[in-house]
Amino acid sequence: MTDVGTLHAPMKVEFDYTRSLGPTLSEFMTGLKRRQILGGKLADGTVAVPPPEFDPQTYDPITELVPVGSEGVVQSWVWVPEPVPGQPLDKPFAFAQIVLDGTDRPLLHAVAVEAPDQIATGQRVRAVWAEETVGAITDIRWFEPEGDGPATVPGPEGEAVNGIIAPVNLSYDYAASPEESKFFRGLADGKLIGQRCPVCEKVYVPPRGACPVDGVPTTDEVEVADRGTVTTFCIVNVPFTGQQIPIPYVSAYVLLDGADIAFLHLILGIDAADVRMGLRVKAVWKPRDEWGTTIANISHFEPTGEPDADFETYKVHL
Amino acid sequence: MTTLAAVVGVGQTHHRAKRGDVSMAGLLREAVDRALADAELTFDDIDAIVIGKAPDLFEGVMMPELYLAEALGAPGKPLLRVHTAGSVGGSTAIVAASLVEAGIHERVLTVAFEKQSESNAMWALSIPVPFIMPVHAGAGGYFAPHVRSYIRRSGAPTHIGAIVAAKDRQNALKNPFAHLQNPDTTFESVMASQMLWDPIRYDETCPSSDGACALVIASEDAVQRSGIKNPAWIHGTQMRSEPTTAAERDQVNPHAGREAAAALWKQAGITSPIDEIDCAEIYVPFSWFEPMWLENLGFAEQGGGWKLTEAGETAIGGRIPVNMSGGVLSSNPIGASGMLRFGEAALQVMGEAGEHQVDGARKALGHAYGGGSQFFAMWVVGADKPTH
Repeated sequence: MTDVGTLHAPMKVEFDYTRSLGPTLSEFMTGLKRRQILGGKLADGTVAVPPPEFDPQTYDPITELVPVGSEGVVQSWVWVPEPVPGQPLDKPFAFAQIVLDGTDRPLLHAVAVEAPDQIATGQRVRAVWAEETVGAITDIRWFEPEGDGPATVPGPEGEAVNGIIAPVNLSYDYAASPEESKFFRGLADGKLIGQRCPVCEKVYVPPRGACPVDGVPTTDEVEVADRGTVTTFCIVNVPFTGQQIPIPYVSAYVLLDGADIAFLHLILGIDAADVRMGLRVKAVWKPRDEWGTTIANISHFEPTGEPDADFETYKVHL
Repeated sequence: MTTLAAVVGVGQTHHRAKRGDVSMAGLLREAVDRALADAELTFDDIDAIVIGKAPDLFEGVMMPELYLAEALGAPGKPLLRVHTAGSVGGSTAIVAASLVEAGIHERVLTVAFEKQSESNAMWALSIPVPFIMPVHAGAGGYFAPHVRSYIRRSGAPTHIGAIVAAKDRQNALKNPFAHLQNPDTTFESVMASQMLWDPIRYDETCPSSDGACALVIASEDAVQRSGIKNPAWIHGTQMRSEPTTAAERDQVNPHAGREAAAALWKQAGITSPIDEIDCAEIYVPFSWFEPMWLENLGFAEQGGGWKLTEAGETAIGGRIPVNMSGGVLSSNPIGASGMLRFGEAALQVMGEAGEHQVDGARKALGHAYGGGSQFFAMWVVGADKPTH
């Protein structure tokens, strides 16, 4: 581990959102499941795919959906030389604006051709349907140049589609600030290093880089003790998605001796019901060979056995 | 202020755990259509649209205002999004009001929403961050320690939260739009419910709701030209923010909230809030925040909020009825929750609150807060034009 630069770590945010579609898009998605493309009839008489839920000119709900062709004309296109995960094809392809037969506005979808010289504005293309349709825009796998191939085979009747799953998958390179990086690297040496504001002289652990009250850089480094006082806490009894600590657990604000702001950590070594405000606690460090640049080097805090801190000593930290 | 402004239309959805029959756009549109009908206006009469919702991760639609433009009748008009976490419904209404008061627009449509069933707010608020301890446990986990601090500081008996929860759930029975409609929720049943984030019990927490709220705000001239006889005149609006964590920050009685309230009362010409405000819709997502905000807002002295609650003074018919609609404890479409407080305050002074109307309400408070108690938004509305 080098001390140069800030600390980085991968961070993933993933969730499958469950979308309800409403009447217009339900009918459209149900159509796709049956291998039929439906367009929305707008107030000006034109037809758009996908159907907008509300008319762009009158703002009224779009209620009339009409079958349109599975074939159409490329209006414009762009070549995708290096597809990324989640795109319709895993080899180079084109994204195209396609005006389907019977519609007036283009649909954005993929066109599968081997090279950019095989696609052109004005070219006729047709939908290639998935073997198994579920009621999603991906039921059309992509479009291909119109040829002599077999015509579209209608899909199963099936039940109406009222919702879709929309997975979101974000991968970040999480970067700690320079000041936090020093703090986390200090933890790798078993030290708790905060910073003092030169104006109000409050000690921040973890350090901020700037005092949130005075707005000046916090430059003075201060090492604080690995023991302190529980100012306040809650006992978490509720299970939730992504939870990493088994319930029930005590999530407590610990005001380290020498610090002027409490931080959240876990309290163990005492029955949850016996944890109290003012409880004196000390850090329980993991075995040294398990240390990294993380607060998790401190497995948890446990009671020191000292008498409880007087309320007056920490009441301004609530 | 260049001109006076008033709420001339209020609309909301029937808030539910899951509105599987509508899309986000359809949900918003229900509230918008009702607000426009209430204001006796159409989209043609609207000059600008201001929309608010809580963090995008709550539904995973980035910049939803773009996708929602047609549903809001926004093409060709200014469309602006406001974001201040849970207080956003309140600050969105204030931005809309400011556009009218400043003389920029005559009629502004403002709308706020959340479709919580499409996601999981608890997950979205507890995403583990590298290098730090994964002890975060949603909004309840964040606020529970501060509730404990309040109890310690004020000396409040530990059952006060249950009084609030039972009152608000009973009030919700008078509001057909409220999500929770459970006649069996009583003080005893709340006390018997599970401790989720000790000291917060299950029944002392807000539900997760799908819902939207919309308001139409009009200038004095536009009100005069309309057929609206009972507008809710805006007497004052205030917003304040502060850092979530700062050394010796008061997390129980935050400075920003106190400062916003003091400025609001001054602006609205109010010297004794408890005597001059007839009822209040206050953002109470966890029951204990009723006494906490009563103090923060200046309805009670520090340490005295719980005494008003315990004495029944915050019930309909009490000295300062709070959350007549059932409040956030009975319906929580997060982004809309603040606007619902502002809209319900307006309904009270318009005399349109139905079964949960406070008799003779002339001045009402709408309040919202968000983030880690770091954003505050509030307004006073009145049946009469402000005279100061």
